Amino acid sequence: MNLIVFIGLIVLGYLAGSAAEKNHYRSIEKRESEMADLPIVTISKLPQNMDATNSRLVNGSVVISIDYFKRILAQLINIVGGKVISYESLVDRARREAILRLKEESRGYDYIINLRIETSTIGNAANSKNGVGSVEVLAYGTAVKVAGNETGL
Amino acid sequence: MYLVNTESIPGKEIVEMYGVVSGSTVRAKHVGKDIMAGLKNIVGGELRGYTELLQESRQEAMDRMVQQAKSMGANGVVNIRFATSSVAQGASELYVYGTAVLVK
Repeated sequence: MNLIVFIGLIVLGYLAGSAAEKNHYRSIEKRESEMADLPIVTISKLPQNMDATNSRLVNGSVVISIDYFKRILAQLINIVGGKVISYESLVDRARREAILRLKEESRGYDYIINLRIETSTIGNAANSKNGVGSVEVLAYGTAVKVAGNETGL
Repeated sequence: MYLVNTESIPGKEIVEMYGVVSGSTVRAKHVGKDIMAGLKNIVGGELRGYTELLQESRQEAMDRMVQQAKSMGANGVVNIRFATSSVAQGASELYVYGTAVLVK
């Protein structure tokens, strides 16, 4: 009985999880190309030839969870070691989503400078058996509006 | 209130520095949201409840920091940094700190 539930959860996790991931990646790529005209940089000062007229702290964050199948897969990989691909895609999705939300909040500004990205697990460790296998990514920076021409950089 | 995470405020001049200001909140997970999160753990995907919860808490921490800066007589906070740490099982602390300054 337990085995049936276990296998059921794995199958459900695999089907729903990979469908959700595919959809998410599609939406991320679509929005990334829509908002490609707002450059984000990690330097903290604008180049000398630019005059900022307005600036504001902006942030974007997302909490995202891994599915059951991938968690089991990660646990198996944990035994033998090696690349944990299932978590790689999780943090990748979370970071890109957080940056997109940051960009959405900065509409109307020309650049986002001094980007910082923080990643943390909530409560329990992400890879513990009974833990919430989820990560939070926070992206923050300073949105600036530049006077005059916007070319350069 | 000028809030930036850069060392200076673009286009403005800092005339005085008051020192470090900070704000923090510790939030525990919500029982109802935790059940939803448990379900989401099977199928994967975004945990909206947690995203909102953390965003709200972070805003509260920011408000506390701004309050502290105002009481010092500052009109801006520069070099703001966020930090998140889990202090206990199921509770996380959101901490934000920066330098209170007077901007002209």
